[in-house]
Amino acid sequence: MTAIRCSQLNKTFTQGDQIICGLDDVSIDIEEGSFVCLSGPSGSGKTTLLNAMGGLDKPDSGEIQVGDKRVDLLGKSDLADMRLHSIGFVFQAYNLIPVLTARENIEFVMQIQGVPTAQRRDKAIAMLEEVGLADHEDRLPSQLSGGQQQRVAVARAIVSGPTLVLADEPTANLDSTSATQLIELFVSLNRERGITFVIATHDTRVMAYCPRLIRMEDGKIISDEERTGKSGELQPQPS
Amino acid sequence: MADHQPAAGILFTLAWRNLWRNHRRTLIMLIAIVIGVWAMILFSSLMAGMVDEMVRGGLRTLPGEVQIHHPDYRDDPSIANSIDAPQGALLERLNNPPVTGWAARIKVPAMISSERANRGIQLLGVDPAQEVSLGFDPTNIVEGRFLEGPDDKGLVIGRKLAERLETRLGKRVVIMSQDPDNNVADRGIRVVGIYQARLQATEELNVYGGLETLQKMLNVDNQVSEIAITGDDFRQVASWWPQIQQATGPELETVPWMELDGYLESMMKMQTSFNVIITVVIFLTLSFGLVNTLVMAVFERVREIGLMMALGMRPGWIMYQVLLESIILLGLGLLLGNLLAVATILPLEDGIDISALAKGLEMAGMGSTLYPSLRLSDMVLSTVVVLVLGLLASLLPAWRASRYNPIQALART
Ligand SMILES: Nc1ncnc2c1ncn2[C@@H]1O[C@H](COP(=O)(O)OP(=O)(O)OP(=O)(O)O)[C@@H](O)[C@H]1O
Ligand SMILES: [Mg+2]
Repeated sequence: MTAIRCSQLNKTFTQGDQIICGLDDVSIDIEEGSFVCLSGPSGSGKTTLLNAMGGLDKPDSGEIQVGDKRVDLLGKSDLADMRLHSIGFVFQAYNLIPVLTARENIEFVMQIQGVPTAQRRDKAIAMLEEVGLADHEDRLPSQLSGGQQQRVAVARAIVSGPTLVLADEPTANLDSTSATQLIELFVSLNRERGITFVIATHDTRVMAYCPRLIRMEDGKIISDEERTGKSGELQPQPS
Repeated sequence: MADHQPAAGILFTLAWRNLWRNHRRTLIMLIAIVIGVWAMILFSSLMAGMVDEMVRGGLRTLPGEVQIHHPDYRDDPSIANSIDAPQGALLERLNNPPVTGWAARIKVPAMISSERANRGIQLLGVDPAQEVSLGFDPTNIVEGRFLEGPDDKGLVIGRKLAERLETRLGKRVVIMSQDPDNNVADRGIRVVGIYQARLQATEELNVYGGLETLQKMLNVDNQVSEIAITGDDFRQVASWWPQIQQATGPELETVPWMELDGYLESMMKMQTSFNVIITVVIFLTLSFGLVNTLVMAVFERVREIGLMMALGMRPGWIMYQVLLESIILLGLGLLLGNLLAVATILPLEDGIDISALAKGLEMAGMGSTLYPSLRLSDMVLSTVVVLVLGLLASLLPAWRASRYNPIQALART
């Protein structure tokens, strides 16, 4: 099964009188349960592609299919529902709502989904345990380290059982240890739950774990390497 | 919101915590709302107190919320235009609720003369017991006594009139009027009491004599100029005066106080429009602060709003959340403002001394004490205005927040 199918995506931005190419004829298929890295230099279009997949931004042309939905054809409310129920997001920073505690941030998504209170609380606590933050449930984001915040964000992204997680530079603000912990968390979720991960990054530590590495430049895909083995079975290698 | 309702709980939590994130700003806005609401209610209750006082003053001068006259009496208040004292169905009506008191009186223009001066007055022939039931306060007698019965042979005059006539208690004065056949009717009467009134004009105008004594002098039997009727609350008169009119019959004229005094009636109308104007003006001032507070609050949270949208919160809920903040702020402000109003205005209802201003106000028919009157209707008016207009004013910032593009909002650094 294909989790994501993009064909001939184009997107341009205008800034002043400059026309910037965000995506240039991008076509990719991503299989369900795969663990994919999008890499490339800054400005190469990784975020733009991820946003298009998540229905956060519309391409100018081309088709995107996520699961059985044509993302490029959905309206705002349907896109919001799709993000709420089927996709988990992890951003580079500011992933958490500052006035909510770690547990409340995880519950937040379930609350807008309408999950009953007791169930919500249990699930949130179980998720925090899974990401190793069981005793931090009542802390506000400002009282957590960057790595802890990212792990809370991961817990929130997967709490409602999405089949797809889109992560944009999740390790950019983390030290080496936290980054490794986070990526290993991704790997185990990918292997144990079969969640599809698409991670945009220029972090070589992250790329090292990825069986499939897609490189972009100037809005184009310049290489798409499959490496044998599952996520995490690969040895970190110099790139 | 087809398949699930926004979770009100989380939206409320978010709204509440976000409000107190910048507590100084929220507190300032809250204080502004409280003061605004309080000022609206205070102003309304002062206005209400002032108008009530004018009406009450007018009614107290010579009580009678509803009056029955000969149809020509108001054009020519002479004894020729008199009516029979109440009897039959009318008497029955007058002796039952909602009527709490009534008096049949003679009220004719007359001249009063002492050995030194004379003046035109309004001569009242009364049954003192009836006048007291209607609201005449016997403690207003500062010298001597009030009349003792309808056959009392004495005269009670105002303090100021006594001064003008250079007469005093125990002296004889002459009263002169006309009988129904336009013959001079006069009589020398002893001053047995001197009263004071809130207004000097009243003290100079009204002179009280016994009803039967004056009937004899004016040559009428059991005839009166007017029947004055009062109930519990002058504001309620509109609801019952038609019953009196019905009992009186069409040959006589029955008029409620609103129609007797066009000036008072227009004051009441003006009061209502003043209240609305002041309420709206205060509110408009408030709304600038409110909109500013919300715009700032939304602007500071662009990234979070983007995040919530990226996570799948629908634009409508974002809007609802900002409106909820506004509702909480307005609700708190209204609650505290109303409480403050009750706490500060109720103790003032016993009266505020405004004698420093009283000289000018006397012209408007007011005394030297202002009695603010706190009314539920004024509180409801300000609450509704603030809530409804406040929500309208919040719609724009709330709508703008919901229009953010999540990626641009998230990209904001
Ligand atoms: N909203 C926007 N307005 C104008 N230009 C934009 C906008 N968003 C992206 N771009 C431009 O599109 C191009 C691709 O940007 P994108 O953010 O996808 O790059 P990226 O690969 O994610 O870079 P980075 O590694 O720095 O995050 C860049 O040249 C960028 O300047
Ligand atoms: Mg990027």
